[in-house]
Amino acid sequence: MSAASAAPATTESRSPETWSRRREWISYGRRNPTLVAGLTIITVIVVFGLLAPLIIDQDATRTTAFSKDLPPSLDHPLGTDSFGRDMLALIVVGTPQTVKIGLIAGFMALIIGSTLGFIQGFYRGPIGTSVRGVTDVTLTIPALLILITVASQVRQVTVESMAIIIALLAWPGTTRAIGSQVLSMRERAFVPIARFNGMSGMEIIFKELMPNMLPYLGASFVAAVSTAILFAIGLEVLGLGPQTTNTLGMTIYWSQLHSAVIRGLWWWWLSPMVVIVTLFIGLFLISHGLDELANPRLRRRV
Amino acid sequence: MSLGYLLRRVGMFLLVVWVAASINFVIPRLARGDPIQAQFAQLETLGIRTSGMDQVVAAYKKRLGLDRPMVEQYFSYLWNVARFDFGPSITYFPADIGRLIVQRLPWTIGLLTASTIIAFIVGNLLGALLGWPGSSRWVKWLVPVLMPLSAIPYYLLGLILIFTFAFTFKLFPLGGAYSTGAKIELAPAFTLDILYHSILPALSIVLSVTGFWMLGMRGMMVTNMGEDYMIMAEAKGLSPMRIFLRYAMRNAMLPQVTGLALTFGGIIAGSVLVEVIFDYPGMGWILWYAIRATDYFLIQGIVFVLVVSVALAMLVLDLLYPFVDRRIVYVRR
Repeated sequence: MSAASAAPATTESRSPETWSRRREWISYGRRNPTLVAGLTIITVIVVFGLLAPLIIDQDATRTTAFSKDLPPSLDHPLGTDSFGRDMLALIVVGTPQTVKIGLIAGFMALIIGSTLGFIQGFYRGPIGTSVRGVTDVTLTIPALLILITVASQVRQVTVESMAIIIALLAWPGTTRAIGSQVLSMRERAFVPIARFNGMSGMEIIFKELMPNMLPYLGASFVAAVSTAILFAIGLEVLGLGPQTTNTLGMTIYWSQLHSAVIRGLWWWWLSPMVVIVTLFIGLFLISHGLDELANPRLRRRV
Repeated sequence: MSLGYLLRRVGMFLLVVWVAASINFVIPRLARGDPIQAQFAQLETLGIRTSGMDQVVAAYKKRLGLDRPMVEQYFSYLWNVARFDFGPSITYFPADIGRLIVQRLPWTIGLLTASTIIAFIVGNLLGALLGWPGSSRWVKWLVPVLMPLSAIPYYLLGLILIFTFAFTFKLFPLGGAYSTGAKIELAPAFTLDILYHSILPALSIVLSVTGFWMLGMRGMMVTNMGEDYMIMAEAKGLSPMRIFLRYAMRNAMLPQVTGLALTFGGIIAGSVLVEVIFDYPGMGWILWYAIRATDYFLIQGIVFVLVVSVALAMLVLDLLYPFVDRRIVYVRR
């Protein structure tokens, strides 16, 4: 998308080339509606997260700011919780925090995971084998369980420290995905040709493999972000999240602790859940769309 | 199956168990100097003091032997873990952590096994129908219905199910594994009671996992459609039903079985949270309790047992796989 939006804004400077590229993007978007739908959903959430805090009064997230347990009304579109906080303000404050955890952890996991993935896919011999061994062992151990051990030891986590802890355990999935792609790609004809041309292993990775891997790297990043958010919410629901920050997961934790479901306070848990579910569906659609972009053979066979 | 493969696979299992045990040993020692003092200091700042706290401290001092060298501590720790001896619980002192876990384990295993098998079968059948050219058009509607469900974490789906079917329509209980006051016995009435209570938690796992299997199966079916043996089967004049079940589905299922082993860890971790939401008295429930009471040694024990269960399930699936897929012959390279 960036190529089209980076074009100069004034009409006269638009060359025919820009126009044809833009048309290409649009026609590709038509063929890949999954990707477009996912990107639209995530853009809406991000814009909401960036703009809404400017409009909404953040004091409304203080405890006892309002009466408790008010159902949705004109004053409080999403009602208030048992602490007397405005739900809409909580969602507005919480959404960027949850997205932030996902982005920090997802980005770190991508860096760690793709480095190890390239090593294990590209290098044969002891280095590749040992990295593969470490990945296999880590993949077998459910990361969320180890996260629970770590988080219960750290106790006072913040959004940032939680993101880092999650990143340290979220990379094996990325490593496996990237590693298997590199493994199949290194068997293609252009790799030996590059070798005959005197390119070193590093050069082949960065100049030949990396550009071909871009859609996979994108899909892996999206998958890592979504895994990170899933882990974060899991920890938060168990009460191991940042106690003083109002992330979406913490809001669900508090509602759970105050038995909001059986007290009929549906607006308390349903509002953060709707945002979380929308977020997950958006990320899911993007990663599916990127898969289609990377592997056109999957496209429209059924 | 060659002996070498068996040994390698069992070796991998032992490696995973060892790594998990070592993580449990290292993490508390990384965080602070004295793991016992730190745990109890934390409990005190939170205002939690169980009766006979000094007794607990003494028991753990003796057990961990912190005055001994680190290597010695490590090996005595490993020896304890190998015997599934995790020491006494802080909050349930002097109850043994191993015993507490053994009491909870059957609930989790029952709920998980049943819902995983149901989701696997239903998902693969639906996926196969989706990838089959001869199936009716309404099957295609399953994709937009089940795909978003597979993107939602199970425990959040559980909240929606409780609210709709238990709170609003009062069709199912709000939580728990059996009616309060019910006598725990092997009687038909009690079994039905357990089944009735497990429907919603199981459904929340099944609904979200089914979509995952369905999508994978559809992809495999589509890939298999063009294979020579499919054309051959058709040319021989076999009935479409036979081609569907014995030729297309059987071959497409194989990677799914491997997938089952790989996703098992995620399913366990997710179901821990389902138990919290549904107040279901399994491993997840006691884990939540342990976290709230900052009973660190209990948390460690639960996490370790869960990790070992996942590794064991993967080992069993891997060893069974050659019997499912006869084309695979494990030979030493």
